Amino acid sequence: MLKARVIPSLMLKGNRLVKTIKYNSDIYVGDPLNAIRIFNEKAVDELIILDILASAECKRPPIKLIREIAGECFMPLCYGGGIRSIEDINEILSAGVEKVAINTYAVEDPRFIMKAAEVFGSQSIVISLDVRMNNKGKYEVFTQRGKKPTGLAAADFALLAQEMGAGEIILNSIDRDGTLQGYDIDLIKSVSSAVSIPVIASGGAGELTHLVEAITCGGASAVAVGSMFVLHGKHRAVLISYPSPQELGDMSI
Amino acid sequence: MIVIIDYQSSGNPNSIRNMLKHIGLDSTISNKAGDIEKSDKLILPGIGAFDSGMKNLRESGLIALLNLKVMEEKTSILGICLGMQLFTKESEEGNSSGLGWIDAKTVRFNFSETSDRKYRIPHMGWNSAMLKQDNPLYSNMIEPRFYFAHSYHISGINSENIVTTSLYGYEFVSSFVKDNIIGVQFHPEKSHKYGMALLKNFVECY
Repeated sequence: MLKARVIPSLMLKGNRLVKTIKYNSDIYVGDPLNAIRIFNEKAVDELIILDILASAECKRPPIKLIREIAGECFMPLCYGGGIRSIEDINEILSAGVEKVAINTYAVEDPRFIMKAAEVFGSQSIVISLDVRMNNKGKYEVFTQRGKKPTGLAAADFALLAQEMGAGEIILNSIDRDGTLQGYDIDLIKSVSSAVSIPVIASGGAGELTHLVEAITCGGASAVAVGSMFVLHGKHRAVLISYPSPQELGDMSI
Repeated sequence: MIVIIDYQSSGNPNSIRNMLKHIGLDSTISNKAGDIEKSDKLILPGIGAFDSGMKNLRESGLIALLNLKVMEEKTSILGICLGMQLFTKESEEGNSSGLGWIDAKTVRFNFSETSDRKYRIPHMGWNSAMLKQDNPLYSNMIEPRFYFAHSYHISGINSENIVTTSLYGYEFVSSFVKDNIIGVQFHPEKSHKYGMALLKNFVECY
């Protein structure tokens, strides 16, 4: 059986790593290169890094920093934030990154997904969706780091992204981000049942049982984990952690 | 001295150097003949297409020197991904001839016989390496697995040189050793503890 991937997901703001709660009030987590070195020690199989400033302010991806991060990263890396052109993707992949996550621009121009998948292959093109339940009780896609409503239903857009050639979906729940309350299982179900490509559940992980739920009840192929792996205790002190293979094995992950 | 050969198709050789540094080994990323002449271990990385890899290697002006080092002086060389494929005579990916150091060619994944659509190309992700013979390259590893990202693999190599195979639609050669010439299809520099063990074994045993 294929192992479900447990992927630390880190947020970059300039040269700093931060962790947000519901996409607001960020906590400083530390230096990105230092965090990557710690995750190297822990033999993590994959890593996601999202530049939230590049997303929110439509800035270009910080190529120099990405190259430094990729050079220190002894595992496959997915970078997202500010990607708006084939040239952006080319520069990021040439910097030693394995996958790119596209968010806002994929929604603005879904055909860009197709172009990118044609040039670089589906396996390097990941679509990252920021989703929140709207006042009609529907899961709606937001862009620009959760600021802009799009009117698009999460499952519908995920299916379109798949048809355009996306290789994977990172499904972020804005409402659960940083809350440690557990993933939004209904959201994960609604998207994972609509597409056949892997869905990476993101937003809300607080304990190992949450990861199991996202996989077994939600149908996620992988889980992204933020706060739980970088903060510790009720005062949310910075402490980087990752479950041992044994802990994951005991949970059948 | 360990030299990681720097040419246009090297990708990001820093991740290889950093991993070597992490396990206590100094290395140099270089395209200078003087460094390569002095080297006692060579690493040839590579990403991208076969023809552009050969073209970039040719333009680096290093091929004659590499032939001398590897084929005459028997300096150990580790080829990674495209770097390994360039050791073969030719590739289905292009028209350039390869370095021809091993009697094999590079072919594209072909699933027509299995006709199973779940095998997408490129093969990308973690996969096991199954040992076909004992080799010091894999000492101190339990159930080794590595990160792969490729659409082509080598074919036709003498079976006694095959060290591991991996399974993707069918069994393909994921690493080989022919005297001082070592090739791995996967990316040790992105395969954390397994990659570190493999690089350490390469440097210590070859």
